[in-house]
Amino acid sequence: MPQYAIDMKDIVKRFGEVTASDHVSFMVEKGEVHALLGENGAGKSTIMSMLSGLYKADSGTISIQGKEVRIRSPKESMELGIGMVHQNFRLVQTLTALENIILGEKGSLWRGTSWMNKKKREIENIADRFGLRFPAGVPVWQLSVGEQQRVEIVKTLYRGANIIIFDEPTSVLTPGEADQLFRTMQELKQNGKTMIITTHKLKEVMAVSDRISVMRKGKMIANLESKNTNVQELARLMVGREMSNGISIKKKQRGKPILEVEDLVVRGTHGNDALKDINFTIFEHEIIGIAGVAGNGQKELAEALTGLIPWTGGRVAFNNANLKVPTVKNLIDKGIAHIPEDRMKSGLAGSLGIVDNLLLKTYRTKSRTKYGLLQKKKNKTWAEELIKKFDVRASDLHSPVRQLSGGNQQKLLFAREVDQDPKLMIAVHPTQGLDVGATEAVHHMLVNLRGSGSGILLISEDLDEVIQLSDRILVLYSGEIIGELDRAQANKEYIGQLMAGLTGKEEAVL
Amino acid sequence: MDLFILLITAAISSGTPLLFAVLGGIISEKAGVINLGTEGIMLIGAVISCIVFIQTGNLFVTLVAAVFAAAGLGFIHAFLCISLRSNQIVSGLAITLFGTGLSAYLGKAIAGTALAVSVPKIKLPWLESVPFIGRIFSNLDLFIWVSVALAVLLYLYMYKTSLGLHLKAVGDSPSTSDVMGISVAGYRYFHVIAGSMLMGLAGFYLIMVYSPNWIEGMTAGRGWIAIALIIFARWNPLYALLCAYFFGGLDALGFRIQLFDIGIPSYFLKMLPYVSTILVLMFIGWKNRHNPPAEPTSLGIPYFREQRF
Repeated sequence: MPQYAIDMKDIVKRFGEVTASDHVSFMVEKGEVHALLGENGAGKSTIMSMLSGLYKADSGTISIQGKEVRIRSPKESMELGIGMVHQNFRLVQTLTALENIILGEKGSLWRGTSWMNKKKREIENIADRFGLRFPAGVPVWQLSVGEQQRVEIVKTLYRGANIIIFDEPTSVLTPGEADQLFRTMQELKQNGKTMIITTHKLKEVMAVSDRISVMRKGKMIANLESKNTNVQELARLMVGREMSNGISIKKKQRGKPILEVEDLVVRGTHGNDALKDINFTIFEHEIIGIAGVAGNGQKELAEALTGLIPWTGGRVAFNNANLKVPTVKNLIDKGIAHIPEDRMKSGLAGSLGIVDNLLLKTYRTKSRTKYGLLQKKKNKTWAEELIKKFDVRASDLHSPVRQLSGGNQQKLLFAREVDQDPKLMIAVHPTQGLDVGATEAVHHMLVNLRGSGSGILLISEDLDEVIQLSDRILVLYSGEIIGELDRAQANKEYIGQLMAGLTGKEEAVL
Repeated sequence: MDLFILLITAAISSGTPLLFAVLGGIISEKAGVINLGTEGIMLIGAVISCIVFIQTGNLFVTLVAAVFAAAGLGFIHAFLCISLRSNQIVSGLAITLFGTGLSAYLGKAIAGTALAVSVPKIKLPWLESVPFIGRIFSNLDLFIWVSVALAVLLYLYMYKTSLGLHLKAVGDSPSTSDVMGISVAGYRYFHVIAGSMLMGLAGFYLIMVYSPNWIEGMTAGRGWIAIALIIFARWNPLYALLCAYFFGGLDALGFRIQLFDIGIPSYFLKMLPYVSTILVLMFIGWKNRHNPPAEPTSLGIPYFREQRF
């Protein structure tokens, strides 16, 4: 009988009427990399949160290293040797990496220079041993996402974790960074650490794990050895039905130019030029993909083209008419739709219901208001039709949309934007944090929009997505377009090099 | 010259109650809880001091009573904001309204009674010979030195100790602190109550040293100025020291200029600290319009562990 590092039996957890975890049993052997697979909302995070002491189970037992335990707080979880690398990093952005790692340490009240130096050496030792490099002395918000994740990993190691939980670790990483993470995980495994990785990306699961548990709708569905399974089987288990093999995009003759951008210069938040002399044109029936590592000007490009920030130089023409210092409202009225980066921050109003969120951009039109008053009944039927058309699943039209799953939120957002027959859509990370089913739905919506004659600017960090959907791909690197490829030329390695700022095909080493 | 020295001395003594209140506000806000009850807590501190001093005549007993009365109000605020997760602005305003009303009621019988109080002065004879500085610093009262020491100690506490690091983490990111095994509620309760105690001390100083007889509403908005000064001082206790004396100076200036009969109505001069507060806040806002805010990131947001985002 194998020795279990984690043995959870019959775990039940309810949030109100929702059963997030329905008699789930979950076992992890010592020294293995165990993948917990499931769509968003399947209950992975709930199970992990119980291990890390954030939630308490309503019933069921948890044993760690063979001993039955009760985990009542994150501190107790830590004392049991469990460390968690959260999806949204649990780092205090205003503190340095060093301060974050020693945070919570009691004893040694006085923090003089010598003490801090001692800790710094100690932490650098750990970091070096596992090849996890990051600057220790600057505030965490200045670090890249990959570096922040390394800080998180070192933090768990510093606290003596034997079991490390990675919660959706690659959702924020570039392909290169993800590969590096997997190498680190192998290194950790050789050092006898037990690891759990929760994810919905099947290829990663196959690449990194020894065993796999699959959850669906709060239930544990299957427990498999990685070498005895394959991606298709996992997908079927996870979604509960056969998955289509990606999406097929018919070749379309591109039409008239919709958006022409010439020598665009946009100033960034720190006073530097975030975009330098950008040139491109989007035509009808065309998806333009923007690839690049976060922070190379994508955010500014999207914000400038949706009127959120002004540009300082260059020319932008929409439908052959020059745009002069546009306002957001002006661009909405002209027919530019926007799927923002953070749907709950700038896409939807979380505490409003579905009808109100659908109204946010059209409330001033004649069909929605009469004598300055909203037409309640009419708007309700309109909203009902829309959510039916876009397959938004919600219990009722008026409960806050923040309670919807990420996929349904995104569909709702698309419903609002697409309903206005946009000429151009700026979609930023449209599938970030979505599960397989919802991602597929979003891809279909984008392709349908292209089919109806709109142009789409797709900004995404998911390189597979960009390559799959885009007719042309532009690679942004430090505010400049460093390369342009069409669908036939698109090749992941080459784009990866461009994203890292390497231009010549020959000189690049990977 | 003499006038200048007088003015600085006056600035220090009128800045000291502000300093106590600002320091109290800083530690409370550093933990993530705004305390708009400052004005009310200062008034309660002052009226309790007055009553207890008339009864006992003992300065130390008076001090303890004022501080504990303030701690009581601080506890109510903490309970509302931390355990019940109610709105910090509303709770703070309620504390101020409550404190203003209660102090007026309690103070009815003693209004106008002059207190025969003598606060110990710290004599530093060796300093007297130093020109200028000597005349200012050689003869200050005990509580001024206490307030200065507090500012320095709080600075060291906040930036040089493990507890200070935890305090900053709790105010900036309570969810992270929780995961790291820091008691968010514990830190918040402690600092809100300790901060309120300092505000009570501000009231104590106001009535025992600055103007020793009870007048209804005698804080005259100093609690509100203190709240603005927290921003002015960028949550740093040492800056708070300078800011408090600067505003104390404006207060004193308004008072002294009247002696010269320069034809400005006294009401305008009395406005000086309040108008400056507005101007300074505008200036700070304008100066930092491109910078990330210096305030604790989670200021004003109640923390609930099982909240689903």
